[in-house]
Parts: sequence; C-alpha cells; structure tokens
Amino acid sequence: MMRAIATVAAAAVMLTGLWACSEPAAEEELVVYTSRNDHLIKPVFDAYTEATGVKIRYITDNAAALTARLQAEGERSPADMLITVDAGNLWNAADKDLLQPLDSQVLAANVPAELTDPENRWFGLTVRARTLVYSPERVDPSALSSYEALADPEWKGRLCLRTSKKVYNQSLVATMIQRLGEEKTEEIVRGWVANLATDVFSNDTALMEAIVAGQCDVGIVNTYYFGRMKQDNPQLPLSLFWANQDSSGVHVNISGAGITRHAPRPEKARDLLEWMSQPEAQKLLADRNMEYPVNAAVEPAEEVASWGEFQSDDLNVSVAGALQVDAVKLMDRAGYR
Amino acid sequence: MRTRGALSASGASVLLLALLVLVPIVVLLAAWQQEQWATWQHLLDTVLWRLVGNTLFLMVGVSAGVLLLGVSLAWCVATLEFPGRRWLQWALLLPMAMPAYVLAFVMVDLLDYAGPIQTFLRQWLPMLPDFSARHPLWVVITLSLVLYPYVYMLARLAFEAQGRAVLEQARILGDTASSAFFRVALPMARPGIAAGLALALMETLADFGAVSIFNFDTFTTAIYKSWYGLFNLQAAAQLASLLLLFVVVALWLERRGRSRARYSEIGGRQTLRSRPRLAWGVTLFAFSVLFMAFLLPVSRLLYWVIDNGLMQVDARFLNLIWRTFLLGTMAALLVLSLAGWLAWVKRHQPSRSVSVAVRLATLGYALPGSVLAGGIMISFSAVEGWLADLGLGIVLVSTLAALLLAYVVRFMAVGFGPVENALQQVRPSLVEAARTLGASSAEVGRRVYVPMMLPGLLTALLLVGIDVMKEMPATLLLRPFGWDTLAVRIYELTAEGEWQRAAAPALTLVLLGLIPVMVLTRRRAERLDSPQG
Repeated sequence: MMRAIATVAAAAVMLTGLWACSEPAAEEELVVYTSRNDHLIKPVFDAYTEATGVKIRYITDNAAALTARLQAEGERSPADMLITVDAGNLWNAADKDLLQPLDSQVLAANVPAELTDPENRWFGLTVRARTLVYSPERVDPSALSSYEALADPEWKGRLCLRTSKKVYNQSLVATMIQRLGEEKTEEIVRGWVANLATDVFSNDTALMEAIVAGQCDVGIVNTYYFGRMKQDNPQLPLSLFWANQDSSGVHVNISGAGITRHAPRPEKARDLLEWMSQPEAQKLLADRNMEYPVNAAVEPAEEVASWGEFQSDDLNVSVAGALQVDAVKLMDRAGYR
Repeated sequence: MRTRGALSASGASVLLLALLVLVPIVVLLAAWQQEQWATWQHLLDTVLWRLVGNTLFLMVGVSAGVLLLGVSLAWCVATLEFPGRRWLQWALLLPMAMPAYVLAFVMVDLLDYAGPIQTFLRQWLPMLPDFSARHPLWVVITLSLVLYPYVYMLARLAFEAQGRAVLEQARILGDTASSAFFRVALPMARPGIAAGLALALMETLADFGAVSIFNFDTFTTAIYKSWYGLFNLQAAAQLASLLLLFVVVALWLERRGRSRARYSEIGGRQTLRSRPRLAWGVTLFAFSVLFMAFLLPVSRLLYWVIDNGLMQVDARFLNLIWRTFLLGTMAALLVLSLAGWLAWVKRHQPSRSVSVAVRLATLGYALPGSVLAGGIMISFSAVEGWLADLGLGIVLVSTLAALLLAYVVRFMAVGFGPVENALQQVRPSLVEAARTLGASSAEVGRRVYVPMMLPGLLTALLLVGIDVMKEMPATLLLRPFGWDTLAVRIYELTAEGEWQRAAAPALTLVLLGLIPVMVLTRRRAERLDSPQG
C-alpha cells in the first residue's frame, strides 16, 4: 500500500515538475497583466498582433491581485504593462512604485490631461461615465439635478444604489470629498442612505431592473450598463440624466494602462500603449463595451452618441485613487453598505 | 518490522509536509510585524462588530441548515424505503457540483423585486408584502443548499455502517423509534456528521463570492475591504490569520467535546429498510431539496444559455474545459497521495507532534482563497529572490507548481478526512490475520488495503477534484499563462456584470462537476445494492 501511495505521489510530483517549467516570453512578445477582461481586451490584442506581428501574452485578474503580484515579483516580473479599470487602481499601482513614467508626444496629444497621471505613469484608454438613471414614468427629469440632490428628502424611499464596496462608487465619493470636503460629503452620503428604497444592490444591472419594476425611481449607474440593457430591450422605460451639468459635471472614470517599473521590454510596451490611443484601437476598446474613447478625435459608437453630449468633471481622475481610502472610511461611517 | 530510524524519518516527512502547507500561512502571520492600527481602528469603529455578528449568525444558520437537511436525508435514505429512493440517494449529492456563487446569483435573480417570483406574486396576490432577496435568511438557505451534501454523504455512510442490529437492540431494550435515533444512531454517527459539518462551516467562513452577491457582509468582507478598498494587504492578512485562529479554537473545542468516545461498529451492511406510512412524503421532501439546490438553478442557467443564442463551443472554450479538468485531476491526485501519506504515518507512528502536524496541514480550507493565494505568491517570490541571489534564475510564481501547492494547502482537509476514514476501516487485526495466514506484504496491500480503501480513496479524489474545478480566486492569481479555467471565465464575465453570458461556462462547470459525482454515486449504489459476496 505504501508503495502504491509513493508511486502515485512520485507520478504527481513529476507531472507537476513537467508543467512547472514555464518558458520565458520570447523577444517578439509582450506580457500584460490586465483587469480589463478577456472578451473586451482580446480583440484589441489580436488587432495589434495582426498589425505589428508582436504577440501578446496576458493574465486577467482583479486589479488588487495583479498589483500584489507585481509587487511580489519585483524586478523579476515578466510583465510589461498593467491595464486596469478605475483610476484608483492605477493610482494605487503608481503609489506603490510599480509603474514607470513615460514621456510620449503621441499619448500627450491623444489622452486629455485630466485622464492622465500627473506624473505620466498611467494613461486613460476609455472613459466611463457614472450618472443618474430614472424611470420616465414616475420621475419628471426637471426634478433631477445632481448626485448631491439625491440626498434631499423628496427622494425618500425612491433611491436605489449599488454597494459601496464597488470601486465606482468609491471614486464618485472621492471626487465629492475633493470638491465639497469631508463633512459636506458625509452629510450627503447619509442623506442617500436615508433615502434608499431597499438594500443596496451588488450590480448596476439589478439596480436598473428594480427601477423598471417600480421598486425605486432613480439610481446612479455607469452608462454602459444602461446601454447594454437598452440594446436588449429598446422599449425599456428607463432614461439617463446627465448629472451636475450646472456644477462639477458628470463623474467620469477611466480604464487605463501604464508600463511596469521593471518591464523587460519597455520600448515594445510603449509602442502598444501609443497604438492603443490611436483611432483604430480606440474604437475597438470603447465600442465593444459602449464606453467613450479618450481620444477626442474618435467618435463614440452611434448608440452611445445617441444618449447626448455632456459636460464631464474636469478634476484629474487620480483624485479617485488619492482619496479612495478616505471615501471608503466615510461610507463606512455613514452606514452605506 | 521497521527500524526506529525509518519511523522517525517518516515522522519527519509529515512535519515537512505540514511545514510546506504552513509556509503561506506563516507568511500571512508575518504581516503582524507591521502594525496597521489606522485600518484596525477604522474597522473597529465602524463595521467590524456587525461583521462578526453576521458571521456568527451565518455559522449558526448554516450549521442548522446543513444538519437538518444532511442528517434527515441521510437517515431517510439509509433506513427507509420510499419511492425513488434508488435514484434520489445519489441525486441528492448533485448540489455538490453547484458552485455557491452560481446558486447565489440565481437565487437573487429569481427572488428579487424585479425577478419572476415577486413579479408573479404582485400580479396575482397583491396583498402579500414585498420581501428583500438580500435578506440574511436567503444567504443561509443558499449556503445550506450547496453545503448539505458534505453532511449527507458522511452521515449516510455512518448510518449505513451501523446496520440495523444496533437499532433493533435499542428497540428491544425499550426505546421508541425516535429515542433510538437520538440516543443510539445519532451519537454513533457523530464523528461522520461532525466531519461533514466542519467542512461545511470552513467553506462558509472562507466564502466571499456568494455572500457578496447577497451583499451580506461577513468577516471575509472586512478582509477584502482592507485589501481592495483600503489598499492594505497587511491588514487583510492580519484579519485572515484571526479567522484562522477562530477555526483552530472551534476545531479544538469540537474534539474536546467529542471526548474520547469510540464506537466500534458491528459491520454487516444490511440494506433492510422499513417503509414508513408517509413514504411519498419522504420522496417529496427529498425531491424538493434536490429541486431547490440543483434542478432549479440548472434550468435557469439553461434558459439563459438558450436565450443568449446557445453557447459558442469553439477551440478556446474546449480548451477551458480541458484545463479545468486537467487541473482538477492533477490537484486531486496530488492531494490524495499526500493525504494518504499523512494518514499512513499518523496510523503507524502516532505521536503528539505527528497529530499536531496533521491538524495544521488541514487548516487551509478555512482561509479565503485569494488571501491564501496571496500568501503563496509572496512566499514563492521570496524564495525566487533568494535563488536569484544565489545565481539561480528559476521562476516559481505563476507556475503550475505554485497553483497546485495552493490547491493542496486549501483542499487537504477535504481529501484527508475520507482517506483517514478509509484507512481506519482496515483494522490492524485484519492485517495481522492476513499476515498470520501467510500473505506477503504485497499481497496484504493488494487483497486487503486496496479493496477496503478504494471507496474512500475514490471519494477523496472526487471531492477534491470538484472543489478544485470550482475554485476561483487562487486560480485567478496563480495560474500560468494560458491556464484559464471555466471559473476564470465566469469571473471575467461577472466582473463586468454579464451574469447571463456567464451562464454558459457556469453550466459547463456544473456538468463537468457532475461526472465525478456520478462516478462516486454509481459505484456506491452498485456496491450497496449488489448482494454481499
């Protein structure tokens, strides 16, 4: 019996050893860690490989895990580039000194300054707008104005929110802290919580379904979720409202990328990053998920354009990262789950 | 007979193995070197106590749920005859193939205000009040539905092994049917039930996917909040090690409570079953559990798959299936052989240090997967760094070895239980008898150990295989390039809120998990229903 066990063990270990040797990336390859997921990023990489012959190997995971991985690997990391959604995650990676600054005319021309790290360590690729969504059957849009106004008593029992654990809400609150200060922001967040129609949701789509079903009348969502629902069912009684047009503008965030501090192939990574800011890649990156291109010269998809133009917040998106910890703590204090 | 030297060598090997499992945990403990009072203070001031309360509530609730379902179903299947028993007895294991996060999503989708059930109720029974799909009770129900099979499986084994003789004697001595159950059958089955319950509770403690879908905040929520929200991996590791301490204490209490009671079971698998008056009621009960835990979610997934225009089965998708299967198989074999080794040494060289080492080696099941993966990643890259300093450029992180180690650490508890049980079935007296009758040690292995242990080994293999295939966070963090699995694909789609599109990989994962469950149950069914001989 013992021999049988030992044999199985030896076989298993050998099998492991066999697979364990991972060959290093070839010279003509790039290695990317991405929290922008497979079905959204693969078409972009495929197009790049077709255009340039450079192959791209990538691993998907959430940003915190990829950041920890980069940190643990240190200078032995095989990764050339980190792509994440939400500026807070890029800020965190840069803050831990995992990204290197890049001086690029192309990127400076294609990516607006407020969507770029002030120290040029990361750059926006697509823009995601987080704004109000409402039921046109029960809400007169003239009653809507801003995120802040959703704390007013008139919305008592009519508001739906997604959980504060989602980074999109953390970023929104972080920018509010920057503009309004902690005290005022906390008051507003408490107002939101007091107005909730039901427990917070774990995703934007469920939140919009609740509005359609009549559980609540207004909520805050990212526009691409709205676009996806409308695409499936154009008749849905659900409308977007561009928030804060008379004040700070709609809260925007980015998906973005930076070159890693210890990138083995920084020049190649730079080529890819610059290419991604160009029109062809911008279309692929944005349209597939109904987001907005960062490159102002590129039009958003027809469906996206049909939601109308809006004034967006011109704060640098790195604020989302710098104040994220404060925002999380503030929401905990305010009882926003 | 072995020499003393050889024995202590095997003892040392067990310690080494425990150490290997412990390294990532020790790395987590090292996080205490850096104080993170700011984060701690914040958590204490705001959410921590609510989270601890929620976690305790969940543990009590899930315990009640899995015991109620698991023990009652096991008892019915083992001792009663009712219509459909023969297929229900294995079908009741199917929920094991259902990842908790998938059932959670289906439940919320069905039960939410905008979902089909409440929409229907509002239309036809408008006087009924609305209810929240994210009520804590639903979390308890969901987790109980996917976790009861652990208790069911082990309790059924115990009840079947008891045989009817014991119960009949209790009845002859004047017990009623119910007191015979509570005073004799249940205490005798206690070790099996406790083992199943421990597995269910450890999984509950480590769960993040299902509770986050319900937005029910538990202790793991605090761990993830510290890491993802507050960018503080150290504080997350500290919280995780506290969780582990809690598990150690709970397991220790359980062992003490069980005292030193040992029951030697008089064998004979008599399958005589009594037919209760409400036989159809039993069928209905068992079927409703199966329906809620398995048939309903599977049909919902199927509906989405069809609604999305069926799934595209291309080479990439097949590759996902293949990698998932391969990882499950490799990890299960590895865990099985290491668990076998542990159990063997524990039996033949029972010493305090060995049994402590064994207990330590089975702790990983209670750790949230991504925290454990973080520990492994950090320790591997530290070793990589040392090797690099010595001039050896060896890659360890994101190799298959790292990933498999993560599976071993995490799922050792799942494999060890059945393996140890199987080994205990082979009573030393049997081996001695065989030897006395002149069997060589090879023959003892082939004719005594293998046939007697095979069912247990197979159980361990399949349980670990299923768990590995469902595993998400460690696979995400540690997988080598190209080793995407179905769980990885589910994560990617759900991270963007595309739950309906995730139905295709989710359904495939469930079906893939069914294969081991079927093998497991079919074998057992054949063995039990065929006449002894």
